[in-house]
Amino acid sequence: MADIIKKATRESYGEALAELGEKYENLYVLDADLAAATKTGIFKKKFPERHIDCGIAEANMMGIAAGLATTGKIPFASSFAMFAAGRAFEIVRNSIGYPHLNVKIGATHAGISVGEDGATHQCNEDIALMRIIPGMTVINPCDDVEARAAVEAAININGPVYMRFGRLAVPVINDKATYKFELGKGVTLRDGKDVTIIATGLLVNEALVAAEELAKDGIDARVINIHTIKPIDEEIILNAAKETGLIITAEEHSVIGGLGSAVCDVLSANYPTKVVKIGVNDVFGHSGPAVDLLKEFGLSSENIIKTTKEAVNNK
Amino acid sequence: MEATIKKQLEITACKVRMGIIEGVFNAKSGHPGGSLSIADTLTYLYFAKMNVDPKNPSFKDRDRLVLSKGHCAPALYSVLANRGYFDVDELKTLRHIGSRLQGHPDMKYIPGVDMSTGSLGQGISAAVGMSLSAKLTNDSYKVYAILGDGEIEEGQVWEAAMFAAHRKLDNLVAVVDNNGLQIDGKVSDVCSPYPIVDKFKAFGWHVITMNAHDFDDIERAFNEAEKVVAKPVAIVQTSVKGKGVSFMENQVSWHGTAPNKEQYDIAMAELNETLKNLEDK
Repeated sequence: MADIIKKATRESYGEALAELGEKYENLYVLDADLAAATKTGIFKKKFPERHIDCGIAEANMMGIAAGLATTGKIPFASSFAMFAAGRAFEIVRNSIGYPHLNVKIGATHAGISVGEDGATHQCNEDIALMRIIPGMTVINPCDDVEARAAVEAAININGPVYMRFGRLAVPVINDKATYKFELGKGVTLRDGKDVTIIATGLLVNEALVAAEELAKDGIDARVINIHTIKPIDEEIILNAAKETGLIITAEEHSVIGGLGSAVCDVLSANYPTKVVKIGVNDVFGHSGPAVDLLKEFGLSSENIIKTTKEAVNNK
Repeated sequence: MEATIKKQLEITACKVRMGIIEGVFNAKSGHPGGSLSIADTLTYLYFAKMNVDPKNPSFKDRDRLVLSKGHCAPALYSVLANRGYFDVDELKTLRHIGSRLQGHPDMKYIPGVDMSTGSLGQGISAAVGMSLSAKLTNDSYKVYAILGDGEIEEGQVWEAAMFAAHRKLDNLVAVVDNNGLQIDGKVSDVCSPYPIVDKFKAFGWHVITMNAHDFDDIERAFNEAEKVVAKPVAIVQTSVKGKGVSFMENQVSWHGTAPNKEQYDIAMAELNETLKNLEDK
């Protein structure tokens, strides 16, 4: 295999903001004392007058973003997923979601791959919290190319958007030259007829690796990347269920309320199909190197292979 | 304040109070006490102070008002209706199914509402965001926020207070409606927010105290606020919860209770009497 380029999507977020800041004069970036970590520091360096550090006060930051949005500015409120979606949930719900204000939330350090900081900072609940808010768009890009495209797509949505980014460098799997981000559209990365692996975020690459290995064992797995968790692409999910008859979901998030649940919502109402969910199994994480934690919690190609084989054998 | 203007404001405030009672009575629920305590302040702002236009409620450079104590929506709705944003008769639809007059202000549908509020402590942050926005792009509008004295028990208020002073938002005026009562009793008994003046001073704000039911004093306070440079302004107003309806005054039980028909009749008779006296003055 050729050299794999790896990049953390939080860096893509910061770089995309710095780039788009030129094109969109009414783009403002808000932080809660984490500009160095969320990588919005890149934007801050270039546009200091359009970067607003709110201090360690995420609730107020979300309210300020709401106020800015009422005056026609496009605020990107940035923090770790734990604080953006967790601590500030009710402000996001009532001050941004309910009035449907044009606020973009850039949540970095999502999931267990935060690593050494441990459970208090490993947010495996944010997709559930955000997708339950009426009118909220939820995007979870899988790599650098997709993350950058998602940031610009978010600007062109008139309403609140939650974007999820990671701390860990992950392989760049999309081709920048040909990639096109279509909001609400899943992407079939690999066709297959025996089973469909529906993945999001950093599990998309793991799913592709798993599918190659499964092929060696005679299992023809389809791989779908769901970057927009809300609104979700019902059509691609239903077709996968009808054509392959078995679904595996994979996400760096709790198995409760995330992508797996969203897929089940679509299927249970329209085409009941067996779904096996890979994710964080209703437990808190703990400290350790991100790569080791991903393996330990089953968020890896190895576990996708194992789980898929078992499911296919029981089909 | 010129006597004729004062008289007119007093008359308007009385009509605003009648609108509050009308709304809450027809809704069979709502918050009359805190609505009545801010009736004069809101009347002054919308009729004598703010640069607003009911015919063009969303024009870019208008002054903004965020009712951070969103449960006092009946007061805001009544002021907006009396100011001509919508028909006064619509106040009777408060909290009804199909009405845009939601239990707490909804900016999506009600003309003149600058921010959706209701969850305490949040409106002030949005107001700070609006003030910051004006500073960022040199816009001239002012932003007013109305907070309850119980509301400032919310920690988010102090996050917002710290930020507003740090950013020197002198285009922001936050009114703290100190009527002394919250749902569970006296604010001093529940979880005292006192000393309110000293707290805002310590957070770097310019603080003005005001009698919430005296238009001369209200004018003095807001004129002083306008002259402050490089600091946000907190106006701590001493008010009477339930002001204007004798049996509701200073009674915590009228925080969130609607009058029955008999009580409604007494309240409206009192307010009509007040109105007549003012008009005859």
